[in-house]
Amino acid sequence: MNTGFSQADLIAIWLTLRIATVTTLVLLIIGSPIALWLARTGSRWKGPVSAVVALPLVLPPTVLGFYLLIIMGPNGPVGELTRALGLGTLPFTFWGLVVASTIYSLPFVVQPIQNAIEALGPRPLEVAATLRAGPWDRFFTIILPLARPGFVTAAILGFAHTVGEFGVILMVGGNIPGVTQVISVQIYDHVEAMEYTAAHWLSGGMVVFSFIILTLVYSFNRRRKSSGGTYGV
Amino acid sequence: MAFKVTVRVRYPDFLLDVDLAIAERGVTVIFGPSGSGKTSLLRTIAGLNDTAQGQITFQDQVWQSERIFLPPHRRPIGYIFQESSLFDHMNVRQNLAYGRKRTRDPMTLSEQQHIIDLLGISHLLDRHCGQLSGGERQRVAIGRALFLKPEILLMDEPMAALDFARKREILTLLEQLKADLKIPLLYVSHNIDDVTRLADHMVILAAGKVTRHGPVEQILSSHKMLNSLCDEPFSLLFGQVITPETRHHLTEVSIGDAIIRMPRQKVKKHQEIRLHIHARDVSLTLIRPTQTSVLNILDCHILSIKDPTPDGQCLIELGLHNISIQARISAYSCVQLNLAPGQRVFAQIKAVSLVQ
Repeated sequence: MNTGFSQADLIAIWLTLRIATVTTLVLLIIGSPIALWLARTGSRWKGPVSAVVALPLVLPPTVLGFYLLIIMGPNGPVGELTRALGLGTLPFTFWGLVVASTIYSLPFVVQPIQNAIEALGPRPLEVAATLRAGPWDRFFTIILPLARPGFVTAAILGFAHTVGEFGVILMVGGNIPGVTQVISVQIYDHVEAMEYTAAHWLSGGMVVFSFIILTLVYSFNRRRKSSGGTYGV
Repeated sequence: MAFKVTVRVRYPDFLLDVDLAIAERGVTVIFGPSGSGKTSLLRTIAGLNDTAQGQITFQDQVWQSERIFLPPHRRPIGYIFQESSLFDHMNVRQNLAYGRKRTRDPMTLSEQQHIIDLLGISHLLDRHCGQLSGGERQRVAIGRALFLKPEILLMDEPMAALDFARKREILTLLEQLKADLKIPLLYVSHNIDDVTRLADHMVILAAGKVTRHGPVEQILSSHKMLNSLCDEPFSLLFGQVITPETRHHLTEVSIGDAIIRMPRQKVKKHQEIRLHIHARDVSLTLIRPTQTSVLNILDCHILSIKDPTPDGQCLIELGLHNISIQARISAYSCVQLNLAPGQRVFAQIKAVSLVQ
């Protein structure tokens, strides 16, 4: 079939999907313990930690990208660490984008999971503890199945939000085809070059993709109204 | 002492401060009004209260001390929560298996079957938890705890969320369990009926402190204590069956040196039982009535007479050898009969109920 996508567009789409998939997995692994802690803690650190997690919601992506660039750059603390480990520096690489995207999309993953776990209340976990289940056991046999809608929503939103990002990517990743040139950056390039037809194909694709994703989230949440969150959309 | 609990838990509005040696056998009821710290004490014993300070030792295991805090999943307990706490993402069979699979020495199939039969839940095994009634859910929860082969069973008002009929059903079940189980049972309640039916020992808790603690016969033989625990005065008598069924289909029970007769009960000879007599069901006469349908007439003497209540009732404590019974009569009758402490009277007992 002859589509309006060029070879470069297809590369950008493939790269975007790879970044979003890896980022979503990393987000679920990092976001779950943070969400679990936030949902159950009575600590006075709950407020500040919630605020840090939510920062990407309010900060301009360029601010986030700027600081990430500095921190991960050759003179930044993370940059020095990665260089000492022989990994080079992260900006302008695939993994640099994964790190940046993870931070940028963190609230979209933490908050639905946190809401779902809070909705469960402490009782099922206490019951499981009196039935000899340790903390990991409780997470996999009680929290995960009972708060599943929250985890599904979190994964979908984390993925979709990563696909849609632009500012942070441009700051941290630049515009290297096949490495950091994602869909949103490619659209920007097309528009700059006055290639409106090509920009339409990608932009239209994004609109359809986002619509489908959000429809999925909302209908999923309506079916399971009792638990899970609908944060952020 | 084999089961010692010395704990302090500070709450914004009160302090739970308890130092107890809990009986190793039978049922200990932790009794007190709501807000007295009963549930908090039970949760602390289970390890569900990580702000608790103190020392808990069970047999030769230290559950909690200054340096040790054994998490709940390492304590050999079974815990029944107030409301049904089944996992709704599992069916009944999976709920029952959840704890059993995690024990070091899992229960055998025949032991499991015995408990399933005892609880009467064999027809529910493949049901989803959402399809169960409140009573059924609580029976499954009890089964799930027993499947752990716990060394002690903790129950937090397991009948609080149930209606009257379901309550009776579970209470009967607990009585059977009590006879069947060899482990101690710690039971939180604010209902005196639970105490009279189940308790071997009781701990009375008020505002976070233990006010009385001991064998139930000892604590409830004090009418002052009994009356302070419930609104409707009654006497609780501890006796033994002499004749399960007489020629006239009566059951005869000895209480100390006295004999109480009641309509035939399902009991065995020599069985230890408890009788519950409402003070309002005891009336007094000065001469022994001869032509009466009342089954039980006891020759007693008056120990004390309480001042009449605003609604004109007098509570009278009667002595009969080494036991005592409460009678409630009108203040008018009290004056008419010219009753006084030390006087000989005949107590007609209109109704006796068996509590165990």
